[in-house]
Amino acid sequence: MSSRAQVYLLALVFIASGIGLTLYKHFSLNFPLSPGSLTRVWEVEAKITFWATQHAITVDLALPQSQDAYPIIDETFTASGYGFDIRKVEEQRRAIWTRREANGQQTLYYKLKIARQGPSSLPSAALKVAQIPDKLIWTPAQEVTANTLITQAHALSADPSSFASQLLKLLNEHESVEGSHSLNDPRHGVSHANLALQLLTRAGVGSHIVRGISLANRVHNEAASELLEVYDGRHWQIIDPVTATFGLPVDFFIWQRGGDSLLEIEGGRGSKIRFSLISNDLPAKNVALMHAQEPNSALVDFNIYSLPVEKQAVFKLLLLVPIGALVVVLFRVFIGIRTSGTFMPVLIAMAFMQTTLLTGVGLLTTLVIVGLWIRSYLSQLDLLMVSRIAAVLIVVVMLMAVLSVVSYKLGLEQMLNMTFFPMVILAWTIERLSITWEEDGPREVAIQGLGSLTVAIVAYMAMTNALIGHLSYNFPELLLAILGIILLLGQYSGYRLNELFRFNSAIEP
Amino acid sequence: MWVSRHKKLRNAGVLGINERNVSYISRYNQRQNFPLVDNKLLTKKAAVAVALPVPELLGVIESPAQLKALPAMLDNQQSFVIKPARGSGGKGILVISQRSGEHFFKPSGAALTFAAIRHYVSNILSGVYSLGGKPDVAFVEALVEGDQVLGKYAHEGLPDIRIIVFQGFPVMAMLRCPTSDSDGKANLHQGAVGVGLDITRGTALKAVQKDRVVTHHPDTGVKFADLVVPNWRKLLELAGHCHDFTELGYLGCDIVLDQQRGPLILELNARPGLFIQVASGIGLRTRLQKIENLARKDWHVDERISFTLSHFSDDSESSSPESDDTPSGLRP
Repeated sequence: MSSRAQVYLLALVFIASGIGLTLYKHFSLNFPLSPGSLTRVWEVEAKITFWATQHAITVDLALPQSQDAYPIIDETFTASGYGFDIRKVEEQRRAIWTRREANGQQTLYYKLKIARQGPSSLPSAALKVAQIPDKLIWTPAQEVTANTLITQAHALSADPSSFASQLLKLLNEHESVEGSHSLNDPRHGVSHANLALQLLTRAGVGSHIVRGISLANRVHNEAASELLEVYDGRHWQIIDPVTATFGLPVDFFIWQRGGDSLLEIEGGRGSKIRFSLISNDLPAKNVALMHAQEPNSALVDFNIYSLPVEKQAVFKLLLLVPIGALVVVLFRVFIGIRTSGTFMPVLIAMAFMQTTLLTGVGLLTTLVIVGLWIRSYLSQLDLLMVSRIAAVLIVVVMLMAVLSVVSYKLGLEQMLNMTFFPMVILAWTIERLSITWEEDGPREVAIQGLGSLTVAIVAYMAMTNALIGHLSYNFPELLLAILGIILLLGQYSGYRLNELFRFNSAIEP
Repeated sequence: MWVSRHKKLRNAGVLGINERNVSYISRYNQRQNFPLVDNKLLTKKAAVAVALPVPELLGVIESPAQLKALPAMLDNQQSFVIKPARGSGGKGILVISQRSGEHFFKPSGAALTFAAIRHYVSNILSGVYSLGGKPDVAFVEALVEGDQVLGKYAHEGLPDIRIIVFQGFPVMAMLRCPTSDSDGKANLHQGAVGVGLDITRGTALKAVQKDRVVTHHPDTGVKFADLVVPNWRKLLELAGHCHDFTELGYLGCDIVLDQQRGPLILELNARPGLFIQVASGIGLRTRLQKIENLARKDWHVDERISFTLSHFSDDSESSSPESDDTPSGLRP
């Protein structure tokens, strides 16, 4: 394979893998492509209270599943003195707290954080119609009322879902069927949804309860909301037992779909589960990171985020260097700007990032001009080169110290960051420029100096761009794409912009 | 405007730096052959080894300890040149054209003491003029006494002839004439005049100083149109030989004419500049491609020169028959 073909192939592989990994992280792991995006995060707290009866205690709580719309990004279980385990029963996770003996009121907490990733929807997994045990004990009169309700609803409906809706309407309109409110008596401690479920089961309609929390409202110390789900022969339909409307309410987080019960306690009484909710808007990246703390995300595991925070800051800066290098390559290959030292502008740009642009340009110009002046005097002293450069270096350092103290006294804090200027390279640049001055004249020095400054400023602007910073830090794999681009640029054989002018007289007679 | 300029340059076959680097230097010049031409001392020794004429080497200073030998080296020399072996772009060359006792005079008339020269050499040794500041070696060579014919085209310094040699074929040539602007140096950036030469005859095509076309030398007032470089074929042969001993496919060969000794190789360049196209008013690419398209590869120097002479005459640029690969030198 010719070297040109190899370059194209490599560049293609690098660019494709760089962009591919980036898109994968964006779409699969939900890393945001732009720096500003926020994600709403809810912290849900389930508080379980009960009275212990001096027996062995088992608390069994149904846990929610991570859903497409609301992935769980964190969960914590708090209960001191309890053994804890999570069991999985037919796709349903249940938290089990156990304790040999306890006395008095017990409180257990389960907290989870969920993020919004899209519109709420039902999980696609198909559910089987489960047998619902009949838990209600009715008087004969209530039995009659129940049968009347079912018959009436049956007459008014055409299929299971319309039957369910009619039944719920009848149940809620107490006047329509005599004694229907007796079924609904709050003293029975039977929830509306449970009652409806029993009636639907009696009528032979496959159905179960869906428990969850409405994230749209302020929830504080409330019981779970209950919805009904009815099987119409092909699909499951969600129906609100109170309003008898179909469909999943907006921002409804499903906690438990089907299944026996939300909470079961052995060895305690008066058990209650209450939910509280706080919502928060967090940077999308943090959410993606929390979400990605799963063992299968190797891409994130072997990532900069796994470094200590202060090292991450260093890398944040280092990852910008390739951006500066790209700017240098573009300027040299396409425009043909002459700089003093190939990648010196990148270092200067990094120093500008610490000092801010205007201060940085002012400082740099001052340092170089003073340095050149000192160098021109030193050249009369016939010193050896190493001593001369070292002398320039020391003068530069002293100048920095003086400027720092003066600026601090004047209250110009950002001048203090001038220590980030690469001093040794600066001293070398001064030496180089000074020789250029002697050999090629001040015009060449001005061209090279301004060239370096221009490239440094453009590199600075690219490196401080919020979007570029965000992308380079969060998607380091984009470096591969930059590498590919630079490989391609290395093959560019067109004219440089300055050559269009420089060679013009070659073709004019 | 840029697009049309781009098109014009492309049609004229002008070679850009990017294309030179990608398509010619990196393709035809092996990295391992660079040190030979980047180090002028090595070039000189290699040329001498194959009996090619170069300015006479008077001495080498390799380390600060050898600075002691400098007085003895310069003792009997009335004129000489001190050069860094790895100076880039003609940097760091000191010319002493005259001497009276302890006083040394540059061509401009500026006087230097021996101590100043000694300091200058120590600067060279510490790498002031070399790329990347690497420690360097200084050498002293005899000052070339310029040929009378070309002498009137130069102010103070010595004109030199740059010949671009591609795969051993001389393809383009230019005379570089020092002016007072360039301080007696044949450096085009500093204002030396570049005179494009007809590669087949050694006559002037066009003269350019700092991007402006000139007709007369700005200092001596001599008309460039009358210029003819003597011994032209010999210069081409010398350039052709340079390819053979450096094994560089794309090469810039700098030659000076000595009054007594004739053409001498001054230095070689593995990355020769492209200003030669401006001075000649001819694009390089057409000629380079003509050579790239040759089916035969193992040409003798004489055959290559003949090919150049028969194919690169500037007025027959497009009309020369492509099939005529027979070296004219072999014809009766």
